[in-house]
Amino acid sequence: MKSDSVVLNIRISSSGGIPIYLQVVNQIKYLVAAGRLSPGDEIPPIRTLAEKLLINPNTVARAYRELESVGVLEKHRTSGTFVAEGGSPLATPEKYRILTDRVDALLSDAHQLNVPISDVINLIDQRDAVLKKGNPML
Amino acid sequence: MNIVEINHLSRSYGSKQALKNVSLTVRKGEVLGVIGENGAGKTTLIKHVLGLLKAQEGTVRVFGLDPTLDPPGVLVNIGYLAEEDSLPGWLSVHEVQRYYRAFYPSWDQPYAEDLCRTFGIVRKSSVKSLSKGQRARVGLMVALSYRPGLLLLDEPSSGLDPIVRRDILGSIIRTVADDDRTVMFSSHMLAEVEQVADRVAMIKGGEIMFCDTLDAIKESHVRVTLQTNPRDQAAPNILGAFGWERHGQEWSCYHSGSRAEFEASAAKLGVTVLDYYELSLDEIFIARSQGEAVSC
Repeated sequence: MKSDSVVLNIRISSSGGIPIYLQVVNQIKYLVAAGRLSPGDEIPPIRTLAEKLLINPNTVARAYRELESVGVLEKHRTSGTFVAEGGSPLATPEKYRILTDRVDALLSDAHQLNVPISDVINLIDQRDAVLKKGNPML
Repeated sequence: MNIVEINHLSRSYGSKQALKNVSLTVRKGEVLGVIGENGAGKTTLIKHVLGLLKAQEGTVRVFGLDPTLDPPGVLVNIGYLAEEDSLPGWLSVHEVQRYYRAFYPSWDQPYAEDLCRTFGIVRKSSVKSLSKGQRARVGLMVALSYRPGLLLLDEPSSGLDPIVRRDILGSIIRTVADDDRTVMFSSHMLAEVEQVADRVAMIKGGEIMFCDTLDAIKESHVRVTLQTNPRDQAAPNILGAFGWERHGQEWSCYHSGSRAEFEASAAKLGVTVLDYYELSLDEIFIARSQGEAVSC
């Protein structure tokens, strides 16, 4: 086992319907976006993370593949998987495009539920505060 | 390649039918989780894989062999752990190792000692003096020490504390991560099944309700809210829908099967689909346990 890969501070929750691979994807994206993982950092081998989180290795492999395909991670043929250069979600217009889709979906829900946009914005601020509290290192 | 291949297996105990036309495969390198209520047939199924029960109808093949015709050929390559341990209580852990070593040519003593250290097992202690959790760890150590091609666990987590359960889950992960070995395990702990299984099979009343990847299972099970015509007094008749509940003009149901087909049937009946709600494995399990048997 390589000892120079970073330790990923990831938590898997089994309540709530979010698939486990997506929880891994989202949390790694978040760690990169928050600057807690830097370009060039080596992330743990699939097996190591699977054993640590007690999840199926194929689930970890799927999360890594997904993160590679959106450019957050990159695999170096012999040495392992690393946080990609420019892997920050805010680095490219593509990332804005992804977020725009999410915002559109949120807005259409808000309209359908008759929730004013100002309330939605407040809610976003509130949730952000909650997430930050859950991650004391931020 | 299939490690376990069960075809059209049926089994009765007297007048009670324990397994009905069960077909199931476990592929090399995967983790198959088997879920079902108590008495659903999980243990009966596992006993057939071990060759402890002979198929009354249908066939069972493990590593391509019939486990009842060639018990040694099959059993030397299965690591088995049941809810109630079958360890000889009068032996010490050290003697247990010597005892099982005699049966399993592939026994790996350094690995066995490694496992004892990992699990915090004291080799001098006698089995009967151990706590239930420590006995489970000894059972696990035995089941893993000959590096079997198939690890078969029958409700290994039942009645054990979370730390022992972690050791068991970790062993499952290591088994498949190490060298592509295979795991089949039954459990009531659906969160654990969700964490470690590649595919999940649900048994109810001796029948397989579904056997698929978690993604496919979640994709094919939803809770739907519908708006019916004010004239309609009965629930709409839609294939694959069950567990109807009425709230005024709105109806909710579970649906298993293709969503496109559901929408087509709803459209034909002039019923409006208002809402889909994704289900967790827990909710799917409860819905399918209570709902009628729907084949999918």
